[in-house]
Amino acid sequence: MAGFLFRRLLNYLALIAVATSLAYALAATALNPRANYEGRNPPIPPAVVDARLAELNLDDRTPLPERYLRWASGVVRGDFGRTVTGGSVNQDLGRRIGVTLRLITAGLLLGSVTGVLVGAYAAVRQYGPFDRLATGVSFAVLAVPTVVLANILIIAAVWFNYLVGAHVFLVSGEATPGMPGGFAAQAADRLRHLVLPTLSLSLGLAAVYSRYQRNMMLDVLGADFVRTAMAKGLRRRTALVRHALRTALIPAVTYFAFTFGALLVGTTFTEKIFGWHGMGEQLVNSISANDVNTVAAISCFAALAVLAAALASDLMQAVLDPRVRMGADR
Amino acid sequence: MSVTDEELAEQREAGNRLGAPSRLRVVAGRFFGSFQGRAGFALLALMFLLAFAGPFLGRWSYTDRDFTAFLAPPSADHWWGTLQTGADVYAVTLRGMRRSLVVGLLAAVVGTTLAAVVGAFAGYFAGWTDRALTWATDLLLVLPAFLILAVMSPLFASGQWPLFVLVLALFLWMVTSKIVRGVTISLREREFVHAARFMGVRPTTIIFRHILPNMSSLLVVDATLNVSAAILTETSLSYFGFGIQPPDVSLGSLIADGTRTALYAPWTFWFCAGLLVVTVLAVNMVGDSLRDAFDPASGRGRR
Repeated sequence: MAGFLFRRLLNYLALIAVATSLAYALAATALNPRANYEGRNPPIPPAVVDARLAELNLDDRTPLPERYLRWASGVVRGDFGRTVTGGSVNQDLGRRIGVTLRLITAGLLLGSVTGVLVGAYAAVRQYGPFDRLATGVSFAVLAVPTVVLANILIIAAVWFNYLVGAHVFLVSGEATPGMPGGFAAQAADRLRHLVLPTLSLSLGLAAVYSRYQRNMMLDVLGADFVRTAMAKGLRRRTALVRHALRTALIPAVTYFAFTFGALLVGTTFTEKIFGWHGMGEQLVNSISANDVNTVAAISCFAALAVLAAALASDLMQAVLDPRVRMGADR
Repeated sequence: MSVTDEELAEQREAGNRLGAPSRLRVVAGRFFGSFQGRAGFALLALMFLLAFAGPFLGRWSYTDRDFTAFLAPPSADHWWGTLQTGADVYAVTLRGMRRSLVVGLLAAVVGTTLAAVVGAFAGYFAGWTDRALTWATDLLLVLPAFLILAVMSPLFASGQWPLFVLVLALFLWMVTSKIVRGVTISLREREFVHAARFMGVRPTTIIFRHILPNMSSLLVVDATLNVSAAILTETSLSYFGFGIQPPDVSLGSLIADGTRTALYAPWTFWFCAGLLVVTVLAVNMVGDSLRDAFDPASGRGRR
């Protein structure tokens, strides 16, 4: 078991290294940091631009292997280089991870719990009115891309604010800068900023989870052990919750790990549209700003997140599923 | 009618009377037997009709600018109103939808083909081929697709959208390929594959003639659902200006422009957003019904 885990970790590390190197090579070839200094008024002397680019390791006249080696030797020591404006990539992304975590935690929890509950109830009452309604709604939600959903939410919120005559929902940013008042006022302000992005994240997630959970639950409901549980005298509700739902939750939990890993870099649209300065927003900004080092660092982080999620889902499956747990001891 | 034709007709009739009905007919019957299948198919056909025949009905082309009407509400002259530039929303939206549909369809077909070939080769040959292909699949799964596509976006400018389709497809196939590999491994040990191998049929021929046709249902369903995934990715990329490049338009770039004026000129946002949602909904409904129709264990087809 230990050998197997070790080999898997080694394979993951190799995957991350190759993926990050590929992303760096692609970004260094396709992006052009020199363009950031062109068309300025007054024009910057070429020698100054060259010196600046060389200092940041972004000079396109240095051969790519040389730039790569300098960048890679930094990464091995845990330093992802500097952004186009000269700041440290590590510090910038470290700050942004916090923003992204604050954004996705509520949305992910709300979305997955709602989805699981809706899906499980729909499966118990298969083809009932609730099941039909849930299926229809989740189909409709799945057809609405995040960009459209987020913008519809903003339009609705502006319209609602106009009707009420007060700014109930705030559509941009994480908090009002320089907000007066104590902790309660600050928290309320943050909450008003959080409602719309959380909705835009959790609606789609809830739709996916409910479809998934419904199928899982339907598979389990016909299983022998649920019938046995009811046959030995358990009430239907107890049998359903304690035996059926618990078993049907295993895939949802592993899926939860994957979603979390994917969302760390994948909330680009929500962050960009609602003006949260997180990882996903930086992904779009760094490409527009020709920021090679940041692009490579984000790819590395994304690869790390996906593989950590894969590992976590394997471990969770081992903990939750008695068959895997027993099999591992052999 | 010659004798052979007569015989042929007789045989066909006999086949219809005695033999099992053809698989295609069974699947089509189940597909159109469900409300979801009928509705999805009708909606999708309507969308295609609108995208490809609709532009001929309108008076304006998508490159026209009406300098007498900027941001005008829908009227008899401009059915869906105009944009800030004076472009006719009806013409521009249909043009964008055509582009999105073509990109989505092609990317889905290319992606599923790639998934089928890679997965089947990995599963059939096992050993080092399998290890190398699986590793490449994992590598592409780990790379953030959105970032790579966005970095490569300057290459798609000046009408290079077929290249965009290829790169989009490159990030659509990994999960399916893993499923195909699993199915291939179980098919490899079946009698008909053994028989073909012992008769000396070449491995590539076995894969394309015996293995892949046996999972056609999986591939058809996957290709359908990939269409909606590709359309969504394309619109999201174009929303940020990383996909289809101007002067060409897609639903994504139209939605991006529309959101800026949506509050006081709703027609610039709701027509393109609505058409996108209806298209994706229709594709998903068709895909879901197809899955039910192909699945012999599913009772949902005959509700």
